[in-house]
Amino acid sequence: MNIAIASGKGGTGKTTVSTNLAMLLGEMGEAVRYLDCDVEEPNGHLFLNPYIREKHAAVIPVPLIDESKCTACGECVRFCQYKALIRLSKLVMVFPELCHGCGGCTLVCPQQAIAEQAKEIGFVETGTSGMIGFVHGRLNIGEAMSPPLIRKVLELTMPDTINIIDAPPGTSCPVIASIRKADYVVLVTEPTPFGLNDLGLALDMIQELGVPHGIVINRDEEGNTDAQKFCEKRQVQILAQIPDDRRIAESYSRGEMIISAVPGIRERFTELWRSIRKQVQA
Amino acid sequence: MKEIVIISGKGGTGKTSIAASFAALAKGKAVMADCDVDAADLHLILKPQIGLRSEFRSGHKALIRAQDCTGCGTCADVCRFGAVRDGTTWDTYPRVTYFIDPISCEGCGVCVRLCPAKAIDFAEEVCGEWFVSTTRFGSMVHAKLGIAAENSGKLVTLVRNEAKRLAQEQEAKYVLIDGSPGIGCPVIASLTSASLALIVTEPTVSGDHDLRRIAGLTKQLRVPAMVCVNKWDINVSATEKIKEFAQSQDIGFAGLVRYDKAVTQAQRKQETVTEFCSEGVAIDIQNIWDAVTKALAEYLIKTQNS
Repeated sequence: MNIAIASGKGGTGKTTVSTNLAMLLGEMGEAVRYLDCDVEEPNGHLFLNPYIREKHAAVIPVPLIDESKCTACGECVRFCQYKALIRLSKLVMVFPELCHGCGGCTLVCPQQAIAEQAKEIGFVETGTSGMIGFVHGRLNIGEAMSPPLIRKVLELTMPDTINIIDAPPGTSCPVIASIRKADYVVLVTEPTPFGLNDLGLALDMIQELGVPHGIVINRDEEGNTDAQKFCEKRQVQILAQIPDDRRIAESYSRGEMIISAVPGIRERFTELWRSIRKQVQA
Repeated sequence: MKEIVIISGKGGTGKTSIAASFAALAKGKAVMADCDVDAADLHLILKPQIGLRSEFRSGHKALIRAQDCTGCGTCADVCRFGAVRDGTTWDTYPRVTYFIDPISCEGCGVCVRLCPAKAIDFAEEVCGEWFVSTTRFGSMVHAKLGIAAENSGKLVTLVRNEAKRLAQEQEAKYVLIDGSPGIGCPVIASLTSASLALIVTEPTVSGDHDLRRIAGLTKQLRVPAMVCVNKWDINVSATEKIKEFAQSQDIGFAGLVRYDKAVTQAQRKQETVTEFCSEGVAIDIQNIWDAVTKALAEYLIKTQNS
C-alpha cells in the first residue's frame, strides 16, 4: 500500500508526519518503507538517520550529435518541443538541461546523426533506519527537472509493504509525479490563510487525479476552527490534528522524532494511522 | 532597477510574509511579482485589483482520435513517459484502440510524428492565467497555474519578465519577487537575471540543510545572495551555525526575525506584518529591508567601479 504525504504549501509538516508515521508503523511491527520524493530538498534522512547501503546515479538520456554526419538541416530543432536543440550556422547545439529525454530527435534525424548518452541528474540512496526501509532521491544542484528522479525513487516501492511517500510542496509536476502511484494521499495543512488557500489548490489537484485523500491539521490551535470549517465546506475527512506546541517546533529544530520527544503526540499518530486504515478499507 | 528574489529552499520559512512587508516598505518604489505560481499566496495580503487577465498557453498535449486509431500500438512503443494506455472502442464491434493519459503526457510529440494512421492531434495547451494588477503598494504581476498543469517554469519567466517590463515603464526602483520553495525549475526561472537573492531560512536541521543547497544554486547561477533567519529564537545554536555558514560562503547576513504570533495574526487580517504592528517582529523585518537595500546600493557602487 502506497500512502503519499503532500500539502500544497511548504513547511506545513509533511516530513514530520511522514517520518513519525513510518517510525510508529515500524515499531508496531508493520513492514514499512519511507521514500523521500522531495528530491530538491530531501529532509527525511535528517530525522531517520538511515544507514545507507546503496547509492545509484539517476540518469536521463540526452542527445549526442555526431558532427561528422550532421548536415545542420534543422529537422531535430524543429521537432524538439523543449527548445533543447539550437541550430547555429553549420552545427546543432544541445542544451541538455532543457531535454526531457523523449528520444524524438534521434528518431527524426534524416542523417541518423543523433545518438543518446546518459546524463546524471541526481542519485538515489537506499538503506535502513531501524526496522524502516529508507529511500531518497537527491537532485543535483542546478538541475531543473525533478520528475524523472522522483519516478526512479518510486520504482523502489515494495509490495506487501506500507510505502510512505514524502512528497514535495506545491501542486505542479513534481507533486503529481510523487502521488501518481499512491493508493491514498494525506494532505497536511495549518490553520492559516496561506495554509488553507494552498490546501484548496492541492485538493483541486487531487480531485482531478481522483486519488482518495484525507487531511491532517498541524499546528492546531484551541479556539481556531478555520481549518475544520474549511474541511467541512470541501467535504473532506480530517484524519488527525497535531497541536500547536512550541516543544514540537523546538524538538523538530533539533531533528528529533516528535512521537518520542513530545508527550501525547504518539497517540495522535496512532489515531492518524487508525483513520487512514479505516479510509483505505472503505 | 534592481530585482530582489525572495527564496528559501525549504518551504514555509516565511518568504511571502517577508515579501509582502517588503512591498509595504518599498513605499511605492517597487513592482511585485508572485513567482510561486503553483501555490501563490501573496495576493491574500496585497489584495490585487486585477487589471489585465491573460491566458497562459504553453506546450502541447497529444490526443488520439479513437475513430482513426487502428490499434497498431506504435504510440505505446515509442512513448517514454508511459502516457499511452490501451482501451476498447465500441463502434461496430469492439476493437483495441489506444488513448493518452493527459497527466502523464509531457507533450514531446513523438507519438504524433510516428503514428502511421496520423490519428493523433497535438493541440496547444492552456496551462493557466496571469494577471497585471494594482495593489495599495503599486503594481503586481501574478498567475494561477491550471490544475495539474505543466510548465510552471515558463509561467514564472513570463511573470518575472512582465514585472520587469512594468518596472522599467514606471521607472520603479525595485522588482520584488516572491519565489517558490525547492531548487528546481521554477526557482531557477525566478533567479535568472536577479540582482540579489534573499534566502529566508529557519534554525532547524531542515532549514540548515536546505539553505546549503539553495546557496549552492545561487552560487552556480552567480546571483549575489543574502540570508536571514526567521523564528531565530526557536533554536539559538542552530541560528549561530547558519550565521557561520553564511560567513564561510561569502553570503551577506541580512538579519534575524523573532518567532512572533503577530505574523499569523497579520496574515489573518490580510495585512503585512509592518502594517499590522510597528514593534518587535516588524522592526526585525524593517532591519532586513534596510540591510538588503544597503547591500544593493553598495553592490551597485562596486560594479560601477570595477
